[in-house]
Amino acid sequence: MAEEHDILNIEDLKVRFETEDGTVYAVNGVNLRLGYHKTLGLVGETGAGKTTTALAMLRLVPDPPGVVECKRLEIDGQDVRGMSITKLEQVRGKDISMIFQDPMTALNPVFTVGQQIAESIEIHEHLGKAEALEKAGDMLEMVGIPRARANEYPHQFSGGMKQRVVIAIALACNPKLLIADEPTTALDVTIQAQVLELMNELKEKYDTSMIMITHDLGIVAEVCDEVAVMYAGRIVEQGSLEEVFGKTMHPYTEGLFNSLPNIKNRTAKLKPIHGLMPDPTKLPEGCPFAPRCNYATEDCRKAVPELHRASGTHMVACSAYERDKNFMIDRRKR
Amino acid sequence: MQGAGSCALHLLFDGANMYKYIIKRLLMLIPVLLGVAFVIFAIMNVAEGDPVYQVAGPDATEEQLEALREEMGLNGSLIQRYFRYIGNLLKGDLGTSYISKMDVMKLYFQRLPNTLKLASLAMLVAVLISVPLGIIAAVNQNSWKDTLAMILALIGLSMPNFWLGLLLMLLFALKLGWFPSGGSEGFISVVLPAVTVGVGLAALLTRTTRSSMLDVLRQDYLRTARAKGVTERKVIYYHALRNALIPIITIFGVQFSNVLGGSVLAETVFAWPGVGRLVVDAIDQRDIPTVTGALIMTTMLVTVVNLIVDIVYAYVDPRIKAQYTK
Repeated sequence: MAEEHDILNIEDLKVRFETEDGTVYAVNGVNLRLGYHKTLGLVGETGAGKTTTALAMLRLVPDPPGVVECKRLEIDGQDVRGMSITKLEQVRGKDISMIFQDPMTALNPVFTVGQQIAESIEIHEHLGKAEALEKAGDMLEMVGIPRARANEYPHQFSGGMKQRVVIAIALACNPKLLIADEPTTALDVTIQAQVLELMNELKEKYDTSMIMITHDLGIVAEVCDEVAVMYAGRIVEQGSLEEVFGKTMHPYTEGLFNSLPNIKNRTAKLKPIHGLMPDPTKLPEGCPFAPRCNYATEDCRKAVPELHRASGTHMVACSAYERDKNFMIDRRKR
Repeated sequence: MQGAGSCALHLLFDGANMYKYIIKRLLMLIPVLLGVAFVIFAIMNVAEGDPVYQVAGPDATEEQLEALREEMGLNGSLIQRYFRYIGNLLKGDLGTSYISKMDVMKLYFQRLPNTLKLASLAMLVAVLISVPLGIIAAVNQNSWKDTLAMILALIGLSMPNFWLGLLLMLLFALKLGWFPSGGSEGFISVVLPAVTVGVGLAALLTRTTRSSMLDVLRQDYLRTARAKGVTERKVIYYHALRNALIPIITIFGVQFSNVLGGSVLAETVFAWPGVGRLVVDAIDQRDIPTVTGALIMTTMLVTVVNLIVDIVYAYVDPRIKAQYTK
């Protein structure tokens, strides 16, 4: 392809779920670009629309009730929006693949793990069953599981092992873009570190671009080059890791940092963001974060702030900066 | 399909354990059958008045009755008679019919092939209708397809079997003349009774398939499969259906057991000489040896079907096999 393109280019992605109890506005105009070999951290609370955004990239949002609209959705320069189902099935698992949140439920209980890894190899590399299983064995070894266990079923594996299998499935065909949806949330802390290390290693080895969905800022710091913070289906702050972590601009991002436990002062109480994420069936007028924001003024409740460039690649959606360019949040020094 | 090959391979590995399980289950059948035989035997002997009067007629003397009682094996206590019966049963002797004076075992085995034919074909009809219908209903939940499938199931469930049989007979036998209206001449005569019984069974099986598929369709692992690039068709018929099979097999087993006992209504409508009519006729004629013998044979058949169902579970779901072979 002659034209310059990124691995991922999304413009104005909107997803809503039309249910009997009303319309849930899950994603409300998300723009994302990601360069090759980069890792983006998609951060936010539960219900911010991170997973829905990711599923929309694979066109896996269940329809009905999901309705997806966007101006542009390109992966590796290919327009996913208008793709035929057949073409889409060739892209899924090959160009873009996904690691799911809960390894306990992400594997099919009636097939061996070997079969489940081999399946995508069979589909995308057009190999025979035996060859695909052979390669599935290689993948298992790569994620640190003896290949002899390929004949076992998911119920014979522990949670951490299952997540390794899920990772092996996602990486089986060398995807160009890997979406990891909270890959460590369901695992205990020691296993988390192992899995993260493994993912970092494999990412380097295969030169894969990655989107890491998480609510854990520690993981972001460890793995990501770029960060996008989501709130109520919108990106509220976006930039390089240094920009977002070093010069935090959005009050919500600040709140996320403040709610981290303080390792230097272990007895200190956590400082959570008060209140809850707004009900996605009836989002408030104006900035959706305003009801929980310490700096909110009357103006904040009038219009939804646009994402504006602050400096370099740093973008923020907060009307305080529209009023006062120098409004900058000092993160409390610890 | 991808599952079959390595599944067979997997079987070889823990095949020994599976054989152990099957042998254990077969041994457990012995006390079950003895118990069931006792219950049937006791009920048949207690419920009925002394059959000797019936056979001998009203003018028989006390000596004649006593001689007849001995000849018919009705002397002694219930327990004594039970053990005599079981002893004979082990030799393959179920006694002699009071009415036709024929060997009951022979009578039963004359009818059994007909019942097996009707039962298997009816189940085939039921599965061919219900599984696709249930899947379509589940995949298109709350759409018109779902509603239509559920209405069809409701009709199938509430329509009296004999009435459906009569309607089918009216149309296909009398009006169109495609199939005979009764009897058991050749393969073609089994079609109408099999459809009659099968349609009735399909209703429950459709509902089971639908609800089981609905459960499975919500599972995360189907999303994993889709994200791998698996075609939607394969997601439904391979990944989802395999997981939805257990309840379907359970209902299948229950229904198959039922039709093995005979489908009296369909057999009566179509003059089909199956086990069901054998038993009902025998009851009418107070032919106790025939009733007892046929019921015990049917019970044996049903326990074997249950065992087969349990074994099939293990091949469908590895988690169940893990429980068996523990």
